[in-house]
Amino acid sequence: MSIQVQQLTKIFGEQKAINNISFEVGKGEILGFLGPNGAGKSTTMKITTCFLPPSSGSVKVCGLDVTEEPLLIKSKVGYLPENNPLYLEMYVREYLAFIGNVHGLKGKTLQSRIDEMITLCGLTREQNKKIEMLSKGYRQRVGLAQALIHDPEVLILDEPTTGLDPNQIVEIRALIKKISKDKTVIFSTHIMQEVQALCDRVVVIDRGEIVANDKIEQLKSNQVEVAIVLVEFEENIGVEGLLAIEGVISADHITENKIRIKATTESDIRPKIFAFASKHNFTLLGLQQEEVTMENVFQELTKNKNV
Amino acid sequence: MFEILRKELNGFLNSLIAYIVISVFLTGIGLLMWVFPETSVLEYGYADMETLFALGPYVFMFLIPAITMRMFAEEKKAGTIELLLTKPLTDWQIILGKYFSGFLLVLFALIPTLVYYYTIYQLGNPVGNVDTAGVVGSYIGLALLGGVFTSIGVFSSLITTNQIVSFIIAVFLCFIFYTGFESLASINVWGAASLFLEQLGIVYHYRAMSKGLLDTRNLIYFLSVIGVMLMFTKFILGSRRW
Repeated sequence: MSIQVQQLTKIFGEQKAINNISFEVGKGEILGFLGPNGAGKSTTMKITTCFLPPSSGSVKVCGLDVTEEPLLIKSKVGYLPENNPLYLEMYVREYLAFIGNVHGLKGKTLQSRIDEMITLCGLTREQNKKIEMLSKGYRQRVGLAQALIHDPEVLILDEPTTGLDPNQIVEIRALIKKISKDKTVIFSTHIMQEVQALCDRVVVIDRGEIVANDKIEQLKSNQVEVAIVLVEFEENIGVEGLLAIEGVISADHITENKIRIKATTESDIRPKIFAFASKHNFTLLGLQQEEVTMENVFQELTKNKNV
Repeated sequence: MFEILRKELNGFLNSLIAYIVISVFLTGIGLLMWVFPETSVLEYGYADMETLFALGPYVFMFLIPAITMRMFAEEKKAGTIELLLTKPLTDWQIILGKYFSGFLLVLFALIPTLVYYYTIYQLGNPVGNVDTAGVVGSYIGLALLGGVFTSIGVFSSLITTNQIVSFIIAVFLCFIFYTGFESLASINVWGAASLFLEQLGIVYHYRAMSKGLLDTRNLIYFLSVIGVMLMFTKFILGSRRW
């Protein structure tokens, strides 16, 4: 196990930011850390990177406890903090050299690592600029390069794609995918597509508590209690006939010809609708089951507690 | 520690802070020593460097907090402190790296004033009629005083995210340490405690050193104030409550 979080609690004054959470991340796994703002994602990450101490419970990274061996852990972890703080007055190469130095890289090894990171993160054209001259997307790449320079075993990325335009998001995502082949990665986000695009597994956290910890497919199928099917007929038909089909819970007209059908998930409703159409000689123009998106799952998981 | 030291020094040099600090210090001291009639050595007629050593601390009182005010305050404001504290560095490495970068800058500002010693040495009648031991003691005293002010500045920089607040706190603390204790001691209510109070201030020890007498008690005083200020800094950095 690369990361083991056990009964972790963090209290800020009166407020419990994290309440007794436990999860594990295996070697080589990409874990998505999902939750609404203020759920405790960043706090968990800050504890994992030894920036904040836990109030109770334990966090182990590569088998080392964060309270006992912070220096060793810090040398094995690459961390991209939220909002990607950078020394804006430094040049890109200078900055990477500084971070490399801190990690004990020197001379030729350091230079070759910097070159490697610059190629990997697509910074070749920007490498001789000051960081303050760079656009947000390129700054994010510098942040990633900085987190990767010492070839860490564990990579912790706190909202790596916030504030980027759609193209940059796709690029950063591809980059994370590329670098994560032989590393353990945790990254937090509140963008659902990101999780679907990148992760093996998701931990959903809300108000300091874990509400789900599962593979994405698993999560989706757990959440689906009704299937929603959109049907379009050439004819304008009433809903009564459809309601008579076994398994249909409700049917509503969206437009004159389009009908939205809710059905139980015990069996697929679509063949039955098709049979119904051919029996009554209706022309079926469209028959489509709505995908359950991570958005639905996320809303479903986090709404219950919003009392 | 050396990574941080180098980074900070590069920061001083790239942002012109170093050049401004050094040139302001030298211009100010130069004017006071050679041009302004009230304090000029040439008007005074005695071959000593009293002007530098009497007024230097007051110039440092404003310049050093200006050097140190950004050290932690800016890192906290920009969030880069999180970056530093999640790298394999101990708190001491970060604090000492920053401290020595400031102290080195102070020493760099002080070194060119050695020319004044040469000038006064040549101006003496007969040539060389200058209290060399006193000058050496005073230089060591001034350097140590710079060290104390730097530690106060580093500490003040850590307790706030606002550079101006940090500057004002540092100037105030430097003032208290430099002459504040002595002035307090002169209030006639302390009785026997007033000597102790006076000894807490820098001036008492600084004056003793300017006589050319390097008493270990004075050295220990300066080093302990630096040590205590840096320990406070470490304590606050360790508490991580921002």
